[in-house]
Amino acid sequence: MSTFRQHSILPGFNLALGFTLLYLSLIVLIPLSAAFIRTTELTWEEFWFAVTTPRVLASYRLTFGAAFAAALVNAVFGLLVAWVLVRYRFPGKKLIDALVDLPFALPTAVAGIALTALYAGNGWIGQYLEPLGIKVAFTPIGVFVALTFIGLPFVVRTVQPVLEDIESELEEAAAMLGANRFQTFTRIIFPTIFPALMTGFALAFARAIGEYGSVIFIAGNMPMVSEITPLLIITKLEQYDYAGATALAVVMLVISFILLLVINLLQWWGRRRGALA
Amino acid sequence: MNATTLPTTARVRRTRATQEPAWVRWTLIGLALAFLTLFLFVPLILVFYEALKKGTDVYFAAIIEPDALSAIRLTLTVAAIAVPLNLVFGVAAAWAIAKFEFRGKNLLITLIDLPFSVSPVVSGLIYVLIFGLQGWLGPWLAEHDIKVIFAVTGIVLATVFVTVPFIARELIPLMQAQGTEEEEAAVALGANGWQTFSRVTLPNIKWGLLYGTILCNARAMGEFGAVSVVSGHIRGSTNTLPLHVEILYNEYNFAAAFAVASLLALLALVTLALKTMVESRITQPKENANEHRSA
Repeated sequence: MSTFRQHSILPGFNLALGFTLLYLSLIVLIPLSAAFIRTTELTWEEFWFAVTTPRVLASYRLTFGAAFAAALVNAVFGLLVAWVLVRYRFPGKKLIDALVDLPFALPTAVAGIALTALYAGNGWIGQYLEPLGIKVAFTPIGVFVALTFIGLPFVVRTVQPVLEDIESELEEAAAMLGANRFQTFTRIIFPTIFPALMTGFALAFARAIGEYGSVIFIAGNMPMVSEITPLLIITKLEQYDYAGATALAVVMLVISFILLLVINLLQWWGRRRGALA
Repeated sequence: MNATTLPTTARVRRTRATQEPAWVRWTLIGLALAFLTLFLFVPLILVFYEALKKGTDVYFAAIIEPDALSAIRLTLTVAAIAVPLNLVFGVAAAWAIAKFEFRGKNLLITLIDLPFSVSPVVSGLIYVLIFGLQGWLGPWLAEHDIKVIFAVTGIVLATVFVTVPFIARELIPLMQAQGTEEEEAAVALGANGWQTFSRVTLPNIKWGLLYGTILCNARAMGEFGAVSVVSGHIRGSTNTLPLHVEILYNEYNFAAAFAVASLLALLALVTLALKTMVESRITQPKENANEHRSA
């Protein structure tokens, strides 16, 4: 025991850790492993066929493409929002700061129907886009809009604390050495917040890939065109194609785990940067 | 260095050399607000507008209709089971992780966070693979006439899964930052485990605990994807509020769908308000925690 943990006079270690491990195993680990174990019922060829049919490949393209585009937009505007919230003063700032987390708190189904009504041909925004030939609802653009909404807080909330911690002395020194504001931003501020920005981007991307609730209302869900991978899993499940659904779920799980690893590495990088600065 | 006071003083001292020109400032503020208006505020306002468009009679009729009331009851029941379970788990996990040093701690923290990175649909699917008719326990459950999938039990399980990390991930950094000195002093003075926890630890972590609970509850009541897979969508029986919104919407009953959705939007706004209030209470230890981690 002594090699496993350092001595402490506090009680309850065995009980707390035992309960934690039992609960995690029952709720998270065993159910997750079920997905991997059930796929072994397929041969490698069957598995590969199930996860590479044209319809599935089209869903990957849409899911990853829209998630990437949404995360990119969120990186740009998330940085802008974080900057404005940290650096400037304007009326309603506190309220806006609190509302940034709305996509975390609003159930995805509500976001889905609200965005659909907004961007439909007769919606508040859709009616102005339609005459321009831009259709958002029931097209891949709608998927992008929904994923932008749900990923919005991630970049803001990862960049904000780092921006708050930047010492003004650095910027003053840069100004005294003759740098203009743009140079100070690109050479001093941006490199400092870059790891946090990347972390926020990765978090928004990871969240967008798995998103279901907000997307299915606005996507139109046409096979090969506007059908996301999570929806395809449900479709297969409803057709009692358990093996096919599980195979796709495993692909999604593996991608999630890789992204989780990347996010952990990015956070470690950011902390090391922070420690050196 | 005191991280809490630095940003304020920095802002006060910021002079022309480290401040953008006014036109740049207001352009950036304008762009940021335009983006937030388009993607956040307009959708939020639209929910309430659509809900009340046909008058308050239609609005309240949609909410007191039996299927809606049953959905409200189910959503409250599910949250009332899932949140306390994850509360106990969060406290136990944080106690083990924050107060003791042991091998594999970082792996354990990653495992606790795992449900956040799993797609909601997959979170539901894995329970179907275990408890569904074709699942591992399916035949046994059918023999004993126990229903998990397409029943309340399945909805609770899927909800517990997606909300596992909320309370634990709030408490772990908070309790790590607070260290173990106070608890050690209590034990040295003869307090037993429960006394140490309830009189020393609990008062220190109560705001963090409340914060995590608020977020956990919001997700538990609002979860859609995972619950959708295991629910079976039986009206008046296994329909939660978010699923009820979907059914009404797909029936083109938009006024009713938005009326029920407005309840969930209100829940989200209350959540944000409570969260902001609690946040100000825990700002201090939170910033210490950041310092602790970067040190």
